[in-house]
Amino acid sequence: MLSRTADSLYWMARYTERAENTARLIDIGLQQSLLPGQQREAEASLAGMLGLAELLPVYQDKFGDVNPESVIRFMVLDEENPSSIWSSLHNARENARAVRGQITTGLWETTNATWLEFLKLCDNGLPLIEPGKFFEWVQLRSHLSRGITIGTMIKDEAFRFIRLGTFLERTDSTARMIDLRFHQIETQDAHAGILDPDDPDYAVREFYHWEAVLRSLSAFEAYRKVYRDTITGTRVAELLILNPDMPRSIASCMNEVVANLQLVGNGNSSETRRRAGKLASTLRYLTMDEIVEEGLHGWLTQLLADIDDLGVRMRQDFLVI
Amino acid sequence: MFDEMLLENGAVRPHYKGFDAWKTARASGFLEGKKAEADHLFRQVGITFSVYGDDVGTERLIPFDLVPRIIPASHWARLEKGLTQRVQALNLFLKDVYGRGDILRAGIVPANRVLANAQFRKEMLELNVPSGIYAMIAGIDLVCVGENEWYVLEDNLRVPSGVSYMLENRKMMMRLFPDLFGSHRIAPVAHYPDLLLETLRQGAPDGLEDPMVVVLTPGLYNSAYFEHAFLAQQMGVELVEGKDLMVDDDTVFMQTTHGKKRVDVIYRRIDDDFLDPEVFNKDSMLGVPGLMRAYRAGRVTLANAIGTGVADDKSIYPYVPDMIRFYLGQEPILHNVPTHICSESDSLKYVLDNLEKLVVKEVHGAGGYGMLIGPAASRAEIAEFRAKLIAHPDAYIAQPTLSLSTCPTMVESGIAPRHIDLRPFVLSSPTGVRMVPGGLTRVALKEGSLVVNSSQGGGTKDTWVAAD
Repeated sequence: MLSRTADSLYWMARYTERAENTARLIDIGLQQSLLPGQQREAEASLAGMLGLAELLPVYQDKFGDVNPESVIRFMVLDEENPSSIWSSLHNARENARAVRGQITTGLWETTNATWLEFLKLCDNGLPLIEPGKFFEWVQLRSHLSRGITIGTMIKDEAFRFIRLGTFLERTDSTARMIDLRFHQIETQDAHAGILDPDDPDYAVREFYHWEAVLRSLSAFEAYRKVYRDTITGTRVAELLILNPDMPRSIASCMNEVVANLQLVGNGNSSETRRRAGKLASTLRYLTMDEIVEEGLHGWLTQLLADIDDLGVRMRQDFLVI
Repeated sequence: MFDEMLLENGAVRPHYKGFDAWKTARASGFLEGKKAEADHLFRQVGITFSVYGDDVGTERLIPFDLVPRIIPASHWARLEKGLTQRVQALNLFLKDVYGRGDILRAGIVPANRVLANAQFRKEMLELNVPSGIYAMIAGIDLVCVGENEWYVLEDNLRVPSGVSYMLENRKMMMRLFPDLFGSHRIAPVAHYPDLLLETLRQGAPDGLEDPMVVVLTPGLYNSAYFEHAFLAQQMGVELVEGKDLMVDDDTVFMQTTHGKKRVDVIYRRIDDDFLDPEVFNKDSMLGVPGLMRAYRAGRVTLANAIGTGVADDKSIYPYVPDMIRFYLGQEPILHNVPTHICSESDSLKYVLDNLEKLVVKEVHGAGGYGMLIGPAASRAEIAEFRAKLIAHPDAYIAQPTLSLSTCPTMVESGIAPRHIDLRPFVLSSPTGVRMVPGGLTRVALKEGSLVVNSSQGGGTKDTWVAAD
């Protein structure tokens, strides 16, 4: 396969996944703002989300205060913001268009229709009028794209590069999301007194915080099934980092990355495969206690660097012309 | 005015009777509903083109008209013979002017008109084209002016486009109106990509058992990108851009996820000027440095060859009937439109005296731009062209205004006659000339307009060659 084709397939999948993750992230922030007395946490969460993508200064220049409506304008509709859903869906579609001959008609038409419908929904103001419904739509379109990929594509190199894009993007997104939520609990919110352990509502607030995190990754029901116990931050982290059966967990995504890398291997890629394999096996035998001992934030920072390294190496091995 | 469906008294011509009866039996509004469905499907499938000058990435639909253009099979049989003859002669002409130059020495075509032509590529002199066929893919524009009375309007031997619309239009009609195809005997066109692939493979450099064929596109934002991607997919070959290719040791390679792979035949949809910055336009980012070296060494086939423009140039067009006589010893089957070459002083005088009756075209113009249609032009436009003609007579030719045939077409006010033309796609290989029946019918959607180009508000129709 042409290197440029592989590159476009990989980015098509990454951008599709990125649109979904952005939708999940904003949706959770907005839902929190609906709870009584949670405005500050919601706004902090929205600001944190902008901080994740290192976009807070750009946002503040353009919109000033962090409030739900402006965040939607910035993260959904803004054509100049490279991380907006507009940009992600546009890039997904442009990459698909560049390789429309290499993907199935169904996958191309789904990606194209998503973009065209998105423009129509924006024209109708849906993201601002009914954001919940809109973010659900973005997630459904992503599910549809993935489903049609698995259901129609022959399992060749093209398919593998699409899967690599999906899972590398998701690993990165899940890691950042966990980092953000713990950061809020440990520093920012505690400092602001929002999650003061002396507060009589502390347990209730903590429940809603983690419940929102779990729901944003479609992991709430899974948590109940796996633990049958009260919701605590450490167990949430364990589920989302180490559980290999949890579709959005870091361990599960890394297993997919390793499996797909093995299937596209060429003469240049053995070192990349070794590093990915090492990362996946570390995750397999690691315990939550060890992570906590090392410090969750520090551990996640190193993990993000490793994932970034994998992405760069993959481009060198397969994609760069 | 000749209408292909209706006689002057309003009666339906025999070959349209079946369609007319079918349409009459449908409820009013039926076709309009189907039209909306077709537009939605075209957009969803992404069958779009971009217009230069618009914002990058703006895509438009080519308006698709649901009333088919029907050509009786007996008429088509004659057209096919005429097209075969014409394209054979044009290929022999190209081989001749880049080789021995017999036709120039014989004085049939003035040598300076060829050798001083901007489309003549001296780099092609003495170059052995691997298959010996210069224009493997030709699009010949025809117009009908009366009962089975056809003229060739122009030859397109560089990178003719539109064949994807021919194929998609047929697919759309079969999807919308399957019953029509049950009740008519319509010649199929869907095997065009197979014929194209076979033609390209036969044109590969000698001695290759399983040649690697690719389609070379300028990229995503080219107006015909959809067609490039479509043809590559339909043929099952790679769609490459210039940056995917490299030349090493006079051999062309493409960069793949498993290293470099040799390329043998390039169906290039990029103009000559942009193909190789080492030889042609130095600033081209679209081409492949060194491609000409590989071509010269006979290591790669380009379809079409470089320099085919010298045979489809409007100043060469008037000589095509003589080429047919010279190379094939046959009388031309298809008419040429009588053409005045303005660089000849007698012709120029006639043209200046009759501007309001004539169509004046730029010799190197394309896409319906830079053209004067005398009968439809204002006095100011005529005056402007008069000045241009006097200043640069050699840049223009003039022809009588042909009354292009019309075909009923869906417009806002209902169904009304609109002018149409026809572009069949003719494939040439060492084993012969082939084409699928029909071609692309373009329709000028503006009332009275003769300009069918999609960049200027033209639409398309499905073209049926139907059993008589």
